[in-house]
Amino acid sequence: MRLPFFNRTATFEHGIHPAYHKETGSLPIRRLPFAPRLIVPLSQHIGKPAVCCVSVGQEVLRGQVIATADGFVSLPVHAPATGVVEAIGFMPSASGKMVDSITIRVYQADPQSVMVSAPRDVESLDKKALLAAIQDTGISGLGGATFPAHVKLSVPPDVTIDTLVVNGAECEPFLTCDHRIMVERTQDLIRGIGYAMKVSGAPRAIIGVEDNKPDAIAAIQAALPADSTIQVKAIETKYPQGAEETLIYALLGREVPAGQRPAAVGVLVNNVMTLAYLGRLLPAGEGLVERVLTVAGPAVEKPGNYIVPIGTPLRFLLEQVGAASSAKEIILGGPMMGMTISSLDVPVTKGTSGVLAFGKSQLPQEEARVYACIKCGECVNVCPKFLNPSQLGLLAAKREYAEMAERYNLDRCFECGCCSYVCPSHIPLVQQFRIAKAINREKAKS
Amino acid sequence: MSMELRTSPHQISERNVPTIMKHVVLSLLPVCGFSVWQYGLSALALLLTITATCLLTERWFNRASAQPSSIGDWSATITGVLLALTLPPSFPLWMGVVAGFVAIALGKALFGGLGNNVFNPALIGRAFVQAAFPVAITTWVPAFAANRFSEFVPTTLTAPLMMPPDVVEWVKQQSVDAFTGATPLARWKFENITASAQDLLSGAVTASTGETSALLILLCGVYLAARKFMDWRIPLAVLGSAALTAWLFQLYNPAHFPAPTFVLLSGGLMLGAVYMATDMATSPVTPVGVWIYGALIGVLTVMIRYFGGLTEGVMYAILIGNALTPFIDQYTQPRVFGTRQKRKP
Repeated sequence: MRLPFFNRTATFEHGIHPAYHKETGSLPIRRLPFAPRLIVPLSQHIGKPAVCCVSVGQEVLRGQVIATADGFVSLPVHAPATGVVEAIGFMPSASGKMVDSITIRVYQADPQSVMVSAPRDVESLDKKALLAAIQDTGISGLGGATFPAHVKLSVPPDVTIDTLVVNGAECEPFLTCDHRIMVERTQDLIRGIGYAMKVSGAPRAIIGVEDNKPDAIAAIQAALPADSTIQVKAIETKYPQGAEETLIYALLGREVPAGQRPAAVGVLVNNVMTLAYLGRLLPAGEGLVERVLTVAGPAVEKPGNYIVPIGTPLRFLLEQVGAASSAKEIILGGPMMGMTISSLDVPVTKGTSGVLAFGKSQLPQEEARVYACIKCGECVNVCPKFLNPSQLGLLAAKREYAEMAERYNLDRCFECGCCSYVCPSHIPLVQQFRIAKAINREKAKS
Repeated sequence: MSMELRTSPHQISERNVPTIMKHVVLSLLPVCGFSVWQYGLSALALLLTITATCLLTERWFNRASAQPSSIGDWSATITGVLLALTLPPSFPLWMGVVAGFVAIALGKALFGGLGNNVFNPALIGRAFVQAAFPVAITTWVPAFAANRFSEFVPTTLTAPLMMPPDVVEWVKQQSVDAFTGATPLARWKFENITASAQDLLSGAVTASTGETSALLILLCGVYLAARKFMDWRIPLAVLGSAALTAWLFQLYNPAHFPAPTFVLLSGGLMLGAVYMATDMATSPVTPVGVWIYGALIGVLTVMIRYFGGLTEGVMYAILIGNALTPFIDQYTQPRVFGTRQKRKP
């Protein structure tokens, strides 16, 4: 018998409860039309950029490899639509930099079915062949981390993974694409988890889902056999539940040692979207040509989850959902950790989990006056890394960047934004920490 | 089309400094109301005068340092109200002006304003006038005086820079029963007579303007803590450690030392624990530090009361706690995630 007091939902310590705005979670995934032009960057992942293997004027088929992986820590890029290569060169990216991209003019009359595929029997592949097959799909971490999936899944021989943690927390406000994937593509997800367990050698998998998505938990539960090595576990709805280390702590009670990877405690973490696409593309032998993402925010007339071809310019995407004219602030990703973009010519890439549009009047920080730190300690009470953001902020104001890193563990901060969220003085703590880290990095170089 | 560029997080909580401070002021209103009901015009005049002085001083320093007005953050209002509540209701208004000015000028503006002050400004103001006007600050008048809503206590309207007149004659006219002219703490210290818990809870005792009813202060504190505008751990630590210390002393010598309930409910301990020790800027931010700080204040209060020359020790206990806050913070930094000992899976 379990006492009710001890029967609480798995969670981590600290964190915040922001307004979640998950209204799109009940809307089925829909497909958007193809934009007239798609802009496909060569580097949509962490690692070496892909090498372009097409030329201007060349016709490409949807699903065809248009840039090949350059080594192990790299990914190929597939043509997201049938059309003709119009240009190869610098185009704007989300970070503000111009990056090497292939521009494809889409053949609007084409049915746009995936023309290039090589179906394979995944069960017969050994680990090495499986890793190569995963690399061929071009899948990077679709939760936004964009680390190549096959690199993450390749476990060094001296490391044992006992649990594959599947991240279905989706703790960022507004975003619901992972939620819809779990509900609508449950079989893909379970197949993908199977592949990931096989390639990593993990004997069991736990899917962690925040308890504000009961339909996703029920859908997965229903699809799992009774004696499955895969289990699904409800975790408290709290931000940042979906951060790797907090999720591992919530599900397994293990603390990843500071500065080390989850493999140090025998865990591998993968996002549900990544694994669902793996489960879909690997047996079909196709490449990643589109992804599901959430388009939402107060300035969006038709919010929802959409299947969007990689390379779709945001201008086109926002026009389709009726947001382009009124939007003043466009965020890629969630409101807590996402970034704003300066140009609507930026395309959707593999790592784009959400596009949020806000009008001017809906920006709460607009009039927020910055007060001095009143040392209320709220930031200390919410930091999931147990840092002291208050002290770090005071040091940042004095430009004591070295001390921030040496004495107050600045490098453990992963910029989740909890401290800035709760700060009653509206001190831009996270931004101060980013600057401090950047300056420390520059100093370390010289 | 121009795009707004911002850095994450793009969503922030609606709570801000003025909201927090405003709620502290709101929660103090019942305490103020009760003291005005008890002491009438004099208490009202004292509250208004000191608060106005604090606000004017704050504004003057804003102007002198070419800063935007910080009146709107409500922190100077808290200082004024709290300061008035710690002074005797008969306190001359001109001395109240001095206290208010010192509180903001020396206690706050000198350090750089809100958030940068080391000590609780209200207590700085009180400490100053305690040293400057020892007689006025220990002159007590009875609650519920007959003419409290029609006339001031004679000391209230003392001319500036003049010594206040004697109140004994005035008190005699007020037809109040059994007024001793001493606070419960002084009566215990010098006569070994303890007041009943019931009187201390309801406020039927001689005390500073806002320190009479421990129950009312506690209720206001519970409201603040429930709305998360106050760190509940601090008053709990202060009261807990004070009670524990008093209990140990009583165990050692029950004839001489009073019961823990008397220690908790008498004097300014409740007001200090709930409203002064919890001042955010001057209390620690670390979870462990908060408990140490609170416990320290509780122990020091009892020690000063029992063994010091003064009858009351809350003010100095909190000021010492304030002074040690940076030190406590430094040695109680939270242990970073991932550096703790591994839990067994």
